[in-house]
Amino acid sequence: MNEQQQTLADLQHIKNMMERSSRFISLSGLSGVAAGICALVGAWFANQVIMDSGGPSSYREAVARTIGTESLQEFMGHRLFIIASITFFSALLLSFIFTYIRSKKNKIPIWGTTAKRLIWNVAIPMGAGAIYLFKQMQFGNYGLIAPGCLIFYGLALVNASKYTLSEIRYLGYCQLIIGIVNCWFVGYGLYFWAIGFGVFHIVYGLLMWYRYERK
Amino acid sequence: MNPIEHLNKIFDSRIRLGIMSALMVNEEINFNDLKDLLQITDGNLASHLKTLEENEYVKIFKGFVGKKTNTTYSVTKAGEKAFKTHLTALEKMIGGIK
Repeated sequence: MNEQQQTLADLQHIKNMMERSSRFISLSGLSGVAAGICALVGAWFANQVIMDSGGPSSYREAVARTIGTESLQEFMGHRLFIIASITFFSALLLSFIFTYIRSKKNKIPIWGTTAKRLIWNVAIPMGAGAIYLFKQMQFGNYGLIAPGCLIFYGLALVNASKYTLSEIRYLGYCQLIIGIVNCWFVGYGLYFWAIGFGVFHIVYGLLMWYRYERK
Repeated sequence: MNPIEHLNKIFDSRIRLGIMSALMVNEEINFNDLKDLLQITDGNLASHLKTLEENEYVKIFKGFVGKKTNTTYSVTKAGEKAFKTHLTALEKMIGGIK
């Protein structure tokens, strides 16, 4: 190796070590794609439930009628709530699997300081958001739950971008924007969820996969 | 001015260069995380850390996590300065090619 190549290699090494030690870089694009597909499948099932109860408009009327009358326990037993929970956990599990595979491939331990730091910084906005939205449910403000989830998730991603692939910031901005727009279209949360949690995740995941993981 | 004169002999080693790079962007890193990062043996890492410590580029904190010892490392002011000088010299060498 000549001197110039040696110098370039040294700089590459420095950059690599700085990134690997401070950011969780194993996050796989395929995790995003998997989570997005889960969201779309979940949205399809939820849509069936809504259609079975007489279509979106009568469903919205039914929801409007029950506002303030339905207890939290009743809401938690709701079929839509169950679909949402299954969707969330399967998305979490699948995205973990793809990221795990990538970390094995890159020979980076999955459970290190960078992973802990990332999880903690995602958990802060998500946890605060979850408590706040549960409180909203207790007061019967169901219409603001869907936009609230998108907004808090967007904030979590923007915060996370300092501790993992920085491009995730743009996914966060998109979730924030669509969540805020959803505030003016209360009752259409399912469609906004399908776009935000479904389409945006898939697009982000494919772009990241294309950029970093494609052979 | 010849930028090569500003290159630091201590950073000739890839491993020491890696340790310093990681410490520059983290407040502190423990021994095991450094080992995972560089993928080298305990003894190898310890000897490189010793060299850096003798030159007062890194400082050591010995603590405990539960009953296990937890040794963490962080960069000193002198280490930070030396690393930055080395980086500038590397940049100049690249710039000199143009």
